[in-house]
Amino acid sequence: MRYAETGYNLEVDLTTGNIERVETDPELVELHLGGHGTAARIIWERVPPEVKPFDPENLLIFSAGLLEGTSAPGANRTIINCISPVTNYLAHSMMGGYFGPELKMAGYDKIIFRGKSPKLIYLWIHNDKVEIRDASHLRGVGAQRTAEMIREELGDPRIQVASIGLAGENRVYTASIEHSHSSASRGPAPVMGDKNIKAIAVRGTKDVNVFNAEKLFEMSFNSLKSVAKNPNVGDWMAYTWDDSFHHDNFSWGNSRVRRKGYWSAELQERWKQLTKRLLNRKTGCYNCLKECKLSIQHPGQPAYGAKCFSKISWHMCSFDELDFSWEILAVAQEYGLDNFSTPQTIALAVELYDNGILTDEDMPDFPENSKERFYYLLEKIVRREGIGDILANGSYAAARQIGRGAEAYEHNTIKKFEQLPLKLGKVNFPYFLMFSTGEKINITQIQGSYPQDPLRNPEKRQKFCDGWVAAPERFKKFYMEWEPRTDPSMEASCHICDWNETMHYIDDAVGTCAFLSSFRGQFGGKPAYHIYNFPKYINAATGLNLDSDDVWQIARRNRNLVRAINVGRGMRRADEKPPEDHWKVRLPEQEQELLSMYYKFKGWTDDGIPTKPTLDKLDLGFVADELIRRGILTGEETNVYEETTTLPAPTDEQLEAALYSASEKVRMAQGGG
Amino acid sequence: MGEKVKKIVKTIKVNLDECNGCRTCEMVCASFHAKPRYSNSNPNRSRIRVVIDERAGVWVPIRATDYTKAECDGRRTYTIKGREYSECSFCGTICPARDLFKEPDSGLPLKCDMCESDPALEEPMCVQACGLNCLTYEEEEVWVEAEEQVKPAEIELSLKSLVDKYGMGKLADIVARMSQKG
Repeated sequence: MRYAETGYNLEVDLTTGNIERVETDPELVELHLGGHGTAARIIWERVPPEVKPFDPENLLIFSAGLLEGTSAPGANRTIINCISPVTNYLAHSMMGGYFGPELKMAGYDKIIFRGKSPKLIYLWIHNDKVEIRDASHLRGVGAQRTAEMIREELGDPRIQVASIGLAGENRVYTASIEHSHSSASRGPAPVMGDKNIKAIAVRGTKDVNVFNAEKLFEMSFNSLKSVAKNPNVGDWMAYTWDDSFHHDNFSWGNSRVRRKGYWSAELQERWKQLTKRLLNRKTGCYNCLKECKLSIQHPGQPAYGAKCFSKISWHMCSFDELDFSWEILAVAQEYGLDNFSTPQTIALAVELYDNGILTDEDMPDFPENSKERFYYLLEKIVRREGIGDILANGSYAAARQIGRGAEAYEHNTIKKFEQLPLKLGKVNFPYFLMFSTGEKINITQIQGSYPQDPLRNPEKRQKFCDGWVAAPERFKKFYMEWEPRTDPSMEASCHICDWNETMHYIDDAVGTCAFLSSFRGQFGGKPAYHIYNFPKYINAATGLNLDSDDVWQIARRNRNLVRAINVGRGMRRADEKPPEDHWKVRLPEQEQELLSMYYKFKGWTDDGIPTKPTLDKLDLGFVADELIRRGILTGEETNVYEETTTLPAPTDEQLEAALYSASEKVRMAQGGG
Repeated sequence: MGEKVKKIVKTIKVNLDECNGCRTCEMVCASFHAKPRYSNSNPNRSRIRVVIDERAGVWVPIRATDYTKAECDGRRTYTIKGREYSECSFCGTICPARDLFKEPDSGLPLKCDMCESDPALEEPMCVQACGLNCLTYEEEEVWVEAEEQVKPAEIELSLKSLVDKYGMGKLADIVARMSQKG
């Protein structure tokens, strides 16, 4: 019997309509854990660099992480991979909600789509029964409305649906896959549209077998209670009334204008009253008590979900009143557009127009009012009409298609992908590395285990370190040595970047949410999941006997595998740079020195390519062979990473104390039954 | 007036405004009732289900109540915020009209038993797991009329009056027919 994973993938050939239930190799779990890790392995093996994003040979993979469908709290992320049309690299996309656990309970770890359907379809999975169904009646229908119609059509409100709206159908690069009140952006939605898949509907009623269910349940149940009380996990920024952090620190418009001091008591009160009027309630995802999403409902309209960033993105890009975001989000989500890149792309177009690069010829009847301008361009983009056909390719590609100097205004992307609109002072070493070299190509998907600033008072710093159960010892040392207003050393910066990305790679393989783990280690030092308790969850779920160093090694393997996919597609050192004007003061020489040091630390060449000794050490010798065959490596490169250790690990007592205090211990019924 | 006796009434109060749709209550319910205990966490085996309609902003935890062989003969519909729901939508009865609260494999009904167990839990698992104050457990002591003791002499007296009225033969026939029907 396979534990935690079902051991089966669903392979759907859209060109022929063939559907197969394929048994997977158990060894892959030991090597990659699952989720993003095993998906990367499949992409490596089956999608060579010659395959372009819209080729039928591009795969679209929906994965449930290893711990999904078990009692592990917050293990509910659906991981979606393909080669992204935005970057031509591996797309890294995820969503919360209920889809992943439901897929597991239907009996599958992954759905792998290949080919292209000749007509618009949706896939209906009901345990062992899987069918491709006609979706012509759903063409142009909003993403959430599609889910509703499919549930009505199939007669079960418990069906979980992932769908695209008009934007995905029209292969808009900033489209998103919508499910529940969650969404997956960064590449897969236009590929889903290209493959003519309108939606996937899944209903699963099977058990997910685990190795030691009682142990797993005990850990999970206590963690659930701990998570509910823990103020440092979840996404409090989704619903905090004081939103000065975002408004004062993130840039407005085309990620260019800082409005420090914008937030005021009067504004906050107005914001509060407005939101209270529209707020249904805060909502969460499967088996997680945290409430990271807001259900917003305008009178007479369907409700939609908003998150910490989406609630501010539109009005900050448009310089409009706060209520604009609440208003346009309902429209954007029904079209299935992401709320991260799309408003930034529209703001870029407005700036190009205001600077005479785009003209009335490009944008006939372009309104004067900012809000109306946004609606005007939104409608053009989702339909790919006129200038919308260019803007639909995202900021990077659109600026280059427009030309006439538009490239200079496009300044907030890394590797063609939109970044958080930040404008900071002097370059920050660990963040320089995370921004530049992250394979996920988005900073929020990499950072979070290490604090962003040192505590000023050394005693407080020491106290923080004393209770910092999530941190391997070396990070406590780095933190204690970190003087306020200085950079961590270059050596520390390499380690900090490495740790931050490692925790995300584990999350993405097992399907746990970053808000309980990799993104929340920076606050309070006691996230629900960390390098020391992950092995215990994985052991109880799968029976695999891993320690923290083993799990770190798997994350390293997955990281290098994704790196190899992208290197095969042409990514090199020259691409590894943050947005042009992210920091006011740049330090070009130190940045390059840092980059070289980081590559060395990772066991890569000076051009950022994993070497053969490194890949061999990670059981990825076949990857090295392919890179040599393609002339990307000579095979003579000798650099290899040095293993870092997570020892000494905290004792079980220390871990337990960090989870909950004795007085809060949860009573569990033993025996009986 | 009959005698009053003390009885414990167990209640799980549901505050709909606090439910966030996480369905953790489903997971722990299924786990607690699994045999062996905690051997699976399949919410399809839960005795509590959260009915979710995100577009309508509706999140409603419902516990399985009684089993019935027959479905309702006529159903009402309810309109909430402009959307119509059938009476089935929020019903806890285990009935032939739908597969809610039935074992997915056997189809056998799953009824909420307030997590009765030995040793007893202080609160049912769903309540323990709900950190949102959506589900709260209450025990209330209530005084109820004690059931009247059967007094054979009174039954005999009543039967005698029926014999007097209809005759022994007819009454015996009716009793025999009733006992055959069961």
